[in-house]
Amino acid sequence: MTTGLNRREFLRASAAAGGGLALHFSFPVPAAAASGAPATEVNAWVVIHADDRVVVRIARSEMGQGTYTALAQLVAEELDCDWSRVSAEFASPNEHIKRNRIWGSMSTGGSMGVRGSQDYVRRAGAAARQMLVAAAAARWGVPAGECTAREGVITHPPTKRTLRYGQVAAAAAALEPPRAVTLRDPKDWRIAGKPLRRLDLPDKVTGKPVFAVDVALPGLLHASIAQCPVFGGSVRGVDSAEAEKMRGVKKVVREPGFVAVVADSWWRANEALKKVKIDWDPGPGATASTETVAAMLRDGLADPKLPEARRIGNPEAALAAAAKVIEAEYGSPYLNHATMEPQTCTAWLRPEGFLDVWTSTQNAEASMAAAAETAGLPLEKVEVHKMMLGGGFGRRGAPQDFVRQGVAIAKALPGVPVKLMWSREEDMQHGFYRPASRVRMTAGLDTQGRVVAMHTRIACPSILKVLVPQALRQGIDFTAVRSFTDMPYTVPNQRVDYAMRNGHVPVGFWRAPGQQNPFYRECFVDELAAAAGQDPLDFRRGMLKEGDKNRLVLEAVARAAGWGAPLPPGVHRGIAVADGFGSFTAMVAEASVDARGTLRLHRVIVAIDSGHVVNPDTCRAQAESNVVYGLGALLYQENTLKDGRIVESNFLDFPLPGIAEMPKVETVLVPTGGFWGGHGEPAILPLAPAVCNAIFAATGKRIRSLPLKHHDLRRA
Amino acid sequence: MITLNVNGKTQQVDTEPEMPLLWVLRDLLGLHGTKYGCGVSVCGACTVHVDGEPVRSCSMPVAAAAGKKILTIEGLSRPRLHRLQEAWIEHQVPQCGYCQPGMLMSAAALLARKPTPTDTDIDEAMTNLCRCGTYARVRLAIHSAAGSPAARKG
Repeated sequence: MTTGLNRREFLRASAAAGGGLALHFSFPVPAAAASGAPATEVNAWVVIHADDRVVVRIARSEMGQGTYTALAQLVAEELDCDWSRVSAEFASPNEHIKRNRIWGSMSTGGSMGVRGSQDYVRRAGAAARQMLVAAAAARWGVPAGECTAREGVITHPPTKRTLRYGQVAAAAAALEPPRAVTLRDPKDWRIAGKPLRRLDLPDKVTGKPVFAVDVALPGLLHASIAQCPVFGGSVRGVDSAEAEKMRGVKKVVREPGFVAVVADSWWRANEALKKVKIDWDPGPGATASTETVAAMLRDGLADPKLPEARRIGNPEAALAAAAKVIEAEYGSPYLNHATMEPQTCTAWLRPEGFLDVWTSTQNAEASMAAAAETAGLPLEKVEVHKMMLGGGFGRRGAPQDFVRQGVAIAKALPGVPVKLMWSREEDMQHGFYRPASRVRMTAGLDTQGRVVAMHTRIACPSILKVLVPQALRQGIDFTAVRSFTDMPYTVPNQRVDYAMRNGHVPVGFWRAPGQQNPFYRECFVDELAAAAGQDPLDFRRGMLKEGDKNRLVLEAVARAAGWGAPLPPGVHRGIAVADGFGSFTAMVAEASVDARGTLRLHRVIVAIDSGHVVNPDTCRAQAESNVVYGLGALLYQENTLKDGRIVESNFLDFPLPGIAEMPKVETVLVPTGGFWGGHGEPAILPLAPAVCNAIFAATGKRIRSLPLKHHDLRRA
Repeated sequence: MITLNVNGKTQQVDTEPEMPLLWVLRDLLGLHGTKYGCGVSVCGACTVHVDGEPVRSCSMPVAAAAGKKILTIEGLSRPRLHRLQEAWIEHQVPQCGYCQPGMLMSAAALLARKPTPTDTDIDEAMTNLCRCGTYARVRLAIHSAAGSPAARKG
């Protein structure tokens, strides 16, 4: 993994191409698989060594969420091999293109890693098992139906003969892939569904160079970058005379949108960059500020002609006839992803016209496309070496700005590998931010306190408009309106209006895109419960149909939290529920606010129904992760604008919660089966509203904007 | 030339004295386990030991470490895994793993100073930042490595 110098062993397989699991006549086996005993690719996902070690190929990215291990578990489950002999490696994106995208999707976002590929990776494992059994049966001259396979050993019970997978892998690879396979019922799982140890941790606790920033190559140079501080601006002039004289500096690269210094160490490159005098043309964004964004969003809410994202019944008439009308406006700021590993890309334009790229990517195909386009090479002449990601959270998927930059820099130094790493300041000020947004919710209650109508207006920049324009529908960006357009509550009259208001700040998919909407909705529902004089849990249950999984997780979390039971003096509960990313999640937060207005979060209880659970321990870890990620945004994170620039520059003014702020998190997994939900994002959805509803219970104060640092939490 | 003792090995490094220790380790000595996170001593991803003390190597000029004993994550597991690294695996602490070398070095310095730290000791010593939110497991694994009764598997 250190160099990835393509020392690949080309093996021959006599497998016929064609069929669902097409195999080619020759293919490379990456270093991890090629080391030691001879290896055979039984199919694209399964490589088996003569000594029975199994290597599972992983097409999705690993950014901490555990997909690398979970997918290996699913393949190993159906393959029925010895888990202690299983390792994993990333599938080659270049091979992926050459083999007609044999590994399915390489994109990793939307909590799709497991749920989006579980079917075909399980089929791959099952197909490989069938081929291994068939090869053993052929060797014995017995019907395959008389043989069984378990933990890497094929047995022919009538004659008590056995063969290990490693002994028949080469013969199995030569067979026609089966046309049909039968997958195991999850209730019979022995490897999947278990809290097995992650495959990536031994390297991560010993400091092995598994990240893109760790790439080491002979003659490698390092680059630091400065982009126009105002989004959309460009380089007007550069004076690099002083920088070019500094120790270790090899080149100053000027591109329309950035200046980079290339040197023999990153620190020298970065020090020299500070001495480059850059004249920026800030462009039209230079007048933008947090205030102009707020005005833009308010203007959106006031627009009388907005497209409707949802209409049920007659909300106008129902509101006019309601016994009581409640209205509130909520808002939240731009937010950076702030991955711990800054954006990075190593690019090496080799003399023979091949481009190697090492990067932290959530979408290797998007990285390839960006690299090929920038280099002017066909995809076949590009390899993207997938590394472990030092956090992703959506930053490293669609944009690929860092790959374009890395390749542009490498083009200026042909034949020399160059590692571009952004400084933290660049990373903080050149993100693809969670959109700032503002909503106005209006609800009508009847005389019994039932919600008869709800009208929601949402003003929010569109992520899709720039990153995935083909996904827009009639001017509606579903990521901006979700949780309202698919609200589970049985409100008979509903209307959702969407005001797309795009500023000059680039917006992107931030962990659980649209996660601000459950904050708005679930806090407002709490307001409605109070207006109706009802318990927040009972009020929600009353609006959820029998059997609705939102109701099931609400009841599960209420049971686990002891909803209604006495708490220590000063401690109060808040509750929220949200579905998204394929799963259903409910949360109870227990919080206190002291006389000085200091919030303390004592305990968070979260219940998740994801249908199936492939690794319960990594799922629990994701719940903990979402709580902390959401907590930073709730407490103090925001990205503000002045003169068209992001004001915050590092972790001093964009703080992350520390160990002392970590609340006790209790996760209740309540998988009901029959569907596949995600885990990387869902648990962030109810965090902010559950805590803010607890704050209301403690202080009587409604929190309608984030972060909390702007609010005086002392009891009203 | 600056003489450094890194993980028990004495080496000569040809560098300007103000280059931070972090970049000497990463770019000149090829020890990539120690990470850059913020460059301003906040996040702790760059934590190493200098004469047994945890330091933020992004902000220590290499000259200040000359002649002192520097220990990095690569040296922590020699000759075998440190008990903290074993506890990190036992409790499945890392997620993305980027901050974990710094976490482990801070925890190792803490245990060397306080063999059975309290929660308050941990709060005070473990100022490293983790974006994935591994904190509960970090705490559990430290107690576990310390053999403390607080280390019941959560």
